[in-house]
Amino acid sequence: MNNTSTFQLDGTDVPFESGQTVMQAALAAGHYIPHLCYHPEFKPHGSCKLCTVKVGGRTAASCTMPAEAGLEIESDIEELNALRRTLVQMLFAEGNHFCPSCEKSGNCMLQALGYDLEVHTAGFRHMYPDRPLDASHPDILLDFNRCILCELCVRASSEVDGKNVFALAGRGITKHLIVNARSGLLNDTNIALTDKAMEVCPVGVILKKRVGFKQPIGERRYDKRPISAQALDDAPRAPSGAKHE
Amino acid sequence: MSEKKKLRVATTSLAGCFGCHMSFLDIDERLIPLLELVEFDRSPLTDIKHCGPCDIGLIEGGICNGENVHVLREFRKNCKILIAIGSCAITGGLPAQRNHLDLGDCLTEVYLTEAGLAHGHIPNDPELPLPLDKVHPLHEVVKIDYFIPGCPPSGDAIWKFLTDLIAGKTPELGHGLIEYD
Amino acid sequence: MISDVDFHAAYLDSILDRYGHAATNLLQILREAQEHHSYIHPDAIDYLIAKLQVPRAKIEGVASFYSFLHLKPHGEYRVLFSDNITDRMLGSVELMQKMCQQLWIEPGKMSEDKLVSIGTTACTGMCDQGPAMLVNGRTITRLTHQRVQEIGQLIRNRTPLENWPADFFRVEDNIRRKGLLLGNTLAPGDALCAALVLGAQNIAEALKTSGLRGRGGAGYSTGLKWEACRNAPGAAKHVICNADEGEPGTFKDRVLLTSHADLVFEGMTLCALAVGAQHGYIYLRGEYQYLLKPLQAALQRRRDAKLLGKNILGHAGFDFDIVIHLGAGAYICGEETALIESMEGKRGVPRNRPPFPVTHGYLQQPTALNNVETFCQAALAIHMGAENYRAIGTPKSTGSKLISVSGDCPRPGIYEYPFGVTVREVLQDCGAVNTRAVQVSGPSGLCIAESEFNRRLGFEDIPTAGALMVFDDSRDMFEVARNFVHFFAHDSCGFCTPCRVGTSMLKQTMDKIAEGHGTKYDLSEMENLDRVLQTSSHCGLGRTACNPVLHTLKRFRPAYESRLKSLDFVPAFDLDGALARARQMTGRDDAGAHIKAEET
Repeated sequence: MNNTSTFQLDGTDVPFESGQTVMQAALAAGHYIPHLCYHPEFKPHGSCKLCTVKVGGRTAASCTMPAEAGLEIESDIEELNALRRTLVQMLFAEGNHFCPSCEKSGNCMLQALGYDLEVHTAGFRHMYPDRPLDASHPDILLDFNRCILCELCVRASSEVDGKNVFALAGRGITKHLIVNARSGLLNDTNIALTDKAMEVCPVGVILKKRVGFKQPIGERRYDKRPISAQALDDAPRAPSGAKHE
Repeated sequence: MSEKKKLRVATTSLAGCFGCHMSFLDIDERLIPLLELVEFDRSPLTDIKHCGPCDIGLIEGGICNGENVHVLREFRKNCKILIAIGSCAITGGLPAQRNHLDLGDCLTEVYLTEAGLAHGHIPNDPELPLPLDKVHPLHEVVKIDYFIPGCPPSGDAIWKFLTDLIAGKTPELGHGLIEYD
Repeated sequence: MISDVDFHAAYLDSILDRYGHAATNLLQILREAQEHHSYIHPDAIDYLIAKLQVPRAKIEGVASFYSFLHLKPHGEYRVLFSDNITDRMLGSVELMQKMCQQLWIEPGKMSEDKLVSIGTTACTGMCDQGPAMLVNGRTITRLTHQRVQEIGQLIRNRTPLENWPADFFRVEDNIRRKGLLLGNTLAPGDALCAALVLGAQNIAEALKTSGLRGRGGAGYSTGLKWEACRNAPGAAKHVICNADEGEPGTFKDRVLLTSHADLVFEGMTLCALAVGAQHGYIYLRGEYQYLLKPLQAALQRRRDAKLLGKNILGHAGFDFDIVIHLGAGAYICGEETALIESMEGKRGVPRNRPPFPVTHGYLQQPTALNNVETFCQAALAIHMGAENYRAIGTPKSTGSKLISVSGDCPRPGIYEYPFGVTVREVLQDCGAVNTRAVQVSGPSGLCIAESEFNRRLGFEDIPTAGALMVFDDSRDMFEVARNFVHFFAHDSCGFCTPCRVGTSMLKQTMDKIAEGHGTKYDLSEMENLDRVLQTSSHCGLGRTACNPVLHTLKRFRPAYESRLKSLDFVPAFDLDGALARARQMTGRDDAGAHIKAEET
């Protein structure tokens, strides 16, 4: 058989290497699929479901779906973009996302996805959960109000930093981020500013103190170009997926 | 110009800061062509006190007290299309930051605990609107047809949105105009 | 005086020894630690961190996932009323209110003297003898006003649970109709002997011929599964019996484990022979903790009879044994990959598939995981011969099926039928009259109305994991759906966005309609949620969470419409009520201090 190493994404051939998922192959080949909990440097997780695609009438998260020759995948269609819009709206309604006062605004992936998908409102009833801040650490602030439970900090702290500073607790809608300390406070953990876990938060939960709002409006990451264009800049981080299982 | 009937537009600010209205004025000289297409009913621009039948209602600010509810209902009743404009109208915004606190605690803190002008009592003049226990975005109280996000949305965003709408298109903002902050 | 650390170390050491100091047994260790101290004390966690080399955040993350584990005190007596719709229909809500009044406490809160807390829990699997409750994990059935009052008194007197009347804890089998499974007369070892004659390598093939399909609901071919597991490369293979019977309305596995435990073990041992596994596990739902001791005794009897252990039935190299893992209150662990995660001492979150458990299951090894009833049926099929087995039931659904019948009928209990039986026949046998609706296979299954009662149970028509809840014409099907929607929101694991947020929104919307604030807008909102949940949820829980609403909306729409306001939209909250706090603080009650409802 020929074409054993390509699948089709919205009608375009996408080459892949054995072991790559659809998302990994698509990004490496310069095709954008919206995503939030996926990060090129970590094992795909599949929880946000923003990257849901359609294959033969069925839907699946493309970040965890193994690439297979001959698959015919639909991604950039209104049905799926409507789904993605609703998922973004759900995340906005679930937490307390008050963009005007957030120092991550302009550099936030959730916000940038909302922009790219033309999400004008959360639409749903806001849940307004009570999620107190953790300002115990001299250099780091945790604002749980914005947490979208993507587990990137959990994964980074455990897999890269070897520290397990973060974990998830609770279940269902009460699921929340906790830190590894009997006091429950970040200052009593061994987190360091140089940790990978400090870099990966797609929203504004894990923040370095005293540097907020340094970038003027207009010069922040997603002020310049939409996330759909920039995700492709990130793709070379996964050179042909060579580093992936 | 043809004698096409102008669209009637009403605007108001509820639990907001009038920043969205200021931004509306930032459409600058485009106000003139806009006025060829629309005329204003109740609005801070006209000083009309009550809203009559309108084609479009624009509301900034969320719902934090009883009077906000009355005004919002008046707009919903009279406007064919109701648009929430700005973060407060869409998410509750800054006023909604009190939502994780008990209203009684807030009033006690402000009027009884802290030294101030209230002379140790919580104002109870019947002329004053009573605050709701929580601040709500508009769409939790009435049906809202469209939303223009931003804190405030830029004049350009408001212009693009309204001209799309008036032209009968589904309003789209696109990169650079859509913003939540 | 011993220090706090020594106090916890004393009981933890013996627990840790029994579980080999293995972090993979974390859930079992935490569960037993809690038995010693009523909750998992922070000092106990300190000790476990040191001994297991597991970070605190992970331990707290696991403990907080399971409903029956506690990181904070919750009272000497923890009372949980089973909150399935069948318990409610038998008066559980009123009984709980009464008990709260009697003990002067609010639901969900601990009494000030730290004596007792009262709350609800998902279906405890006692629907045929409800209303039921759990007190410190022990099942109590057939609650009445009198029984609840007696329980309140026993708690007030701090009477130890061991001294409560034995009748409180009596669980009946209620077997109403027997077939090839419940009527079997096999002696322990009979099916195994037949399997040994057949030859290990031929078992999976025979099961394929028999047409046996999994009884947990999905209906995958058991023979294919065992064959795949047999062929999968792996150093150590595992057999797991899914006894996490959590689907509300289902209690057949409870009966099998009570009265046919040997057949369950026989099926598992036969599976071990077929796939080449040496380790077997039963994942028993926490609600069935009372079955732990009898099951352990039954396992010991089998070891003594050479039916478990080394060289089973004298066959050199046929080594297999079974241990029991107890769950701790998480419906999602009935999903096979969540169950495996839970067995590995983690939060019970379903894995990404592929890979599937047959190649990468427990501890990433090939694992054959089946339902309790499937193992029994496999043993029967091998004993009676594939062709004979295949002759029972229908072409695509061979053999028999146990049905757990509950709800509005005079004879609730377990009914065994060959596949293909009509719903109407089951209703006749259980004596149901004036039946309005039947919920087949629990909340995630199908709700049908009278016109569909001639439909058949089986993979060709209505697949079922075995629950059949009956609702007569006095029941409000909106409230039935609302109970199920609450269940899904409570038991969503929270991993994926659509299910975590969507099930809560669905619950909010159903509550909004129940409170009289619903409009057509809310019905369309639920249809939108359904689309999102069905297309993007991580597992079956989210994908089916809207079923109760969709099915009842389709068949019993007036139950919804009679509650709706004719307005386009009504807020989800009472606007005038939202001013109550301000009225209280200002002492105002004038007209301006109120918001009138809008005219309909």
